[in-house]
Amino acid sequence: MKRRVNWWTSVSLTGTVIKYLSVALLLPLFVALVDGEGVMTFVATIAITLTVGVALERFERDDELGFREGFLMVALTWFGVAVIGTIPYLIAGYGTESMLANPVNALFESMSGFTTTGATVMGDFTIHSRAILIWRQLTQWLGGMGIVVLAVAILPELSVGGAQLMDAEAPGPGLEKLTPRIAETARALWGAYLGFTILQIVLLYGLHLGGMAPNMDVYNAVAHALTTMPTGGFSPEARSIEAFSAAVQWVIIPFMVVAGTNFALFWHVLTGESEQLFEDSEFRAYLGAMAVLSAVIAGLLFTGAGLGAIAGQVPPIIGESEDALRHATFQVTSIMTTTGYASMDFNTWSAPTQYLLLFAMFIGGSAGSTGGAVKVVRWLVILKSLRRELFTTVHPEAISPVRLGGRTVDERAIRGIYAFTLLYVLIFFFGVLFVLVDMTRIQDSLSVLEVMSAVAATLGNVGPGFGAAGPMNNYLVFTQESKLLMVFLMWVGRLEIFPVFVLLTSAYWRS
Amino acid sequence: MRVIVVGAGEVGSSIAASLADSHEVVVIDIDRDRVEALTYSLDVLAIEGDGADLDTLREAGIEQTDMVIASTDDDETNIVTCGTVKTTSDAFTIARVKNTKYLTTWQSKEGAFGVDFLVCTDLLTAESIVRVVGLPATQDVDAFAGGSVLMAQFGISAESPITGQTIRDADRFDSLTFAAILRGDAVVIPRGETTIETDDQVIVIGSPESVRGFAMELAPGQGGNGQDVVIIGGSEIAFQTARLLEARGFHPRLIEDREARALELAERLPNTTVMESDPTDIEFLTREMVGQADIVIAGLESDERNLLASLLAKRLGAKRTVAIVDAGEYVDLFEAVGVDVAVNPREATAEEITRFTRDEQAENVALIESDRAEVLEFEIDADSILAGRPIQQSVADLPEGVVIGAVTRDNRMITPRGDTVIEVNDHVVLFVDHDAIDAVTASV
Repeated sequence: MKRRVNWWTSVSLTGTVIKYLSVALLLPLFVALVDGEGVMTFVATIAITLTVGVALERFERDDELGFREGFLMVALTWFGVAVIGTIPYLIAGYGTESMLANPVNALFESMSGFTTTGATVMGDFTIHSRAILIWRQLTQWLGGMGIVVLAVAILPELSVGGAQLMDAEAPGPGLEKLTPRIAETARALWGAYLGFTILQIVLLYGLHLGGMAPNMDVYNAVAHALTTMPTGGFSPEARSIEAFSAAVQWVIIPFMVVAGTNFALFWHVLTGESEQLFEDSEFRAYLGAMAVLSAVIAGLLFTGAGLGAIAGQVPPIIGESEDALRHATFQVTSIMTTTGYASMDFNTWSAPTQYLLLFAMFIGGSAGSTGGAVKVVRWLVILKSLRRELFTTVHPEAISPVRLGGRTVDERAIRGIYAFTLLYVLIFFFGVLFVLVDMTRIQDSLSVLEVMSAVAATLGNVGPGFGAAGPMNNYLVFTQESKLLMVFLMWVGRLEIFPVFVLLTSAYWRS
Repeated sequence: MRVIVVGAGEVGSSIAASLADSHEVVVIDIDRDRVEALTYSLDVLAIEGDGADLDTLREAGIEQTDMVIASTDDDETNIVTCGTVKTTSDAFTIARVKNTKYLTTWQSKEGAFGVDFLVCTDLLTAESIVRVVGLPATQDVDAFAGGSVLMAQFGISAESPITGQTIRDADRFDSLTFAAILRGDAVVIPRGETTIETDDQVIVIGSPESVRGFAMELAPGQGGNGQDVVIIGGSEIAFQTARLLEARGFHPRLIEDREARALELAERLPNTTVMESDPTDIEFLTREMVGQADIVIAGLESDERNLLASLLAKRLGAKRTVAIVDAGEYVDLFEAVGVDVAVNPREATAEEITRFTRDEQAENVALIESDRAEVLEFEIDADSILAGRPIQQSVADLPEGVVIGAVTRDNRMITPRGDTVIEVNDHVVLFVDHDAIDAVTASV
């Protein structure tokens, strides 16, 4: 038994991950070379990243990675890459009008990228080079399936503690090992992720070639695939997906659905057990929730009840069934999977419709997907265990295990799910309170719905909220303090609270 | 045929006894006293030794043996015995096991473990219980001709609506034949004027609907399909019973007092409400309204507690009780003091194995009251004395104590009447008194 947490092992492993991050920087460097703009930014960033990575890696590390070091490494890595991710923004923004020259804004944007939140402080998109924008999208793609999962897939030294690490990072309760070797499981997940990304690039660009998407060039196709699959939502267009044709919007919807699905299910489909996909109760509930919400909102939009006072400014939607259905489905899938794209400015929607979307922000995607928030499986377990409580009130001696798809859920897991969800809601309320007080301090009057949506959108890694933080606006309206809080919310939201919060307990540090 | 029976417990002895008349039987057991007892009580060769030991098997003459039946109380011993037999002989092997996991393995690959026929005691018992559940007032039910014909045995009480009636009056059902009446130790072949008396056991053969209709008439208001089933106890048989009931669309309740077992059962039985409680706690039984159940099945692991639980349930108002009785000699006692149906796993097993050894002559066999009579299913070939003749003619050539219960043609049942002509390839279901079995098998 180790006496205390070995800091240096975790720091050193974080250094290794940062060192390899420089490889990812080659993509924006390539774009910069093609465009002949901002080349030095990325050369410098690569140099700094390599230096920091190698320096941290030199700390002496134990061969054995305990679970405490695992938590620390995962939390540090995510914070570390977010800090490293700010370097291109800071260098490129130095001495310009860019909001990203401010370190807090840069950290917000970088953390929002890696955690696949998609909340942005960028106002004017045109002042940034395509290389900077592709770096922004790439951070989401790397963060989607998980940097640590990627590290487990390629770093042999993580083979032993790999399962711990992936469990700490992967969304949802519990980790499903697909293969006997954890590195192979990690590779399978990343393989499926890469495959879907390439497929989406091909389809989007195919639409362009087919004349159905005029402005979906190669750059845009890559940029959008890189931010759909991680349920990120960083579009290089200020108007998000509204800038593209209806065909593009219809193609993106199924990819968001896929991104919010447990990737292990696709692995089963690929290995010939396709029945597992539709037998999975979480998947069915996930599709069901999405379908119901989409149908309700489509109905509201079709009749006009879903639109707010400024409805006159939006494209015709009342009485247009295709438009109503497309915008409703697009927004519901986008918000529920926590992607955060918008096919139209849903700030123009009425308050009840927006509250429905706020509700969808808490549902989230499936466990083992790239989606954020609470996750469908947790709600499913909570609902089933509540039903059990009612049943055992009438039949006190009855023993009724909570079942999920034929398997019973361990009582400890149920406790963990309650604890997670309660903690999630508490953090949400604390965050709302903090931001409201902060905004009152500077005498800015944001509505409660606006603040709630911004906090829920950052904690759940959704991205846009409503009103000032809406899809066509940005988070610049918030103070530095509120933005730092949201950086923290995105960080704990992506790691599902426990890996970060456990570091704050004395039990963690005691021997 | 030379048969080796390994294990001379209740099952082995009973099989040996029923085979001894027509076959050369060798019994192997490790218990000296049992071997000695058998030597004197049955006309068999009894050998002391371990059935899984090749030397013992050789001593029993394994090379000349056609069939080996491994029927000790230990699953593993029975399986290993069959495997051992297969190393030196091609004898047909039958193994008796309790645990269904072996059955599952065996079913997945022909000849697994070197076992040619595997009898799963727990499952078999559960199956016989479940057959009884659907039919109120039945003591025993068996299916024939692919399920299109049922044989059912009913106990007649003083309150039964047909008590005191003649067969002619009671015979109000289409496609139902009164095959026999068991009265005391006698087997009565009913004629039109035979009167049905209290405490008779009536055996009927007919279509499933008519048998169900008859059952409903005998026990009116008993729910019929037994919607509300309570299983007391969490033994393996109880578990299998619940599982089979679930498969038939029932939602039984099950009571088990060991916490860990209750949890295990709850996890394995998605459509059963498992409750953790002392099954003899009257307050609990009252609160859970066990008295309103259509049928209560006692599947605890002790005969005494099963008796107590059944009587308690009956007292609270349960319409029907079924109890598992481990000790064969208690079966009659249980039924005498008020348990409606007593099921003995060993008897069920012995019956199944015996039935299997008879299968060579008949398509399917049901044993009545252990061995007093049999219900046999035959496929009629051209040599049969029944072929091509109306029943009233062939009856004259059949021995005493035989009743033609049902005829099926292309899986459809035909009610046998005097002028019914039986054709080649028809299936007939016959009730046969024990003494007439050999004669019937030879001629039909």
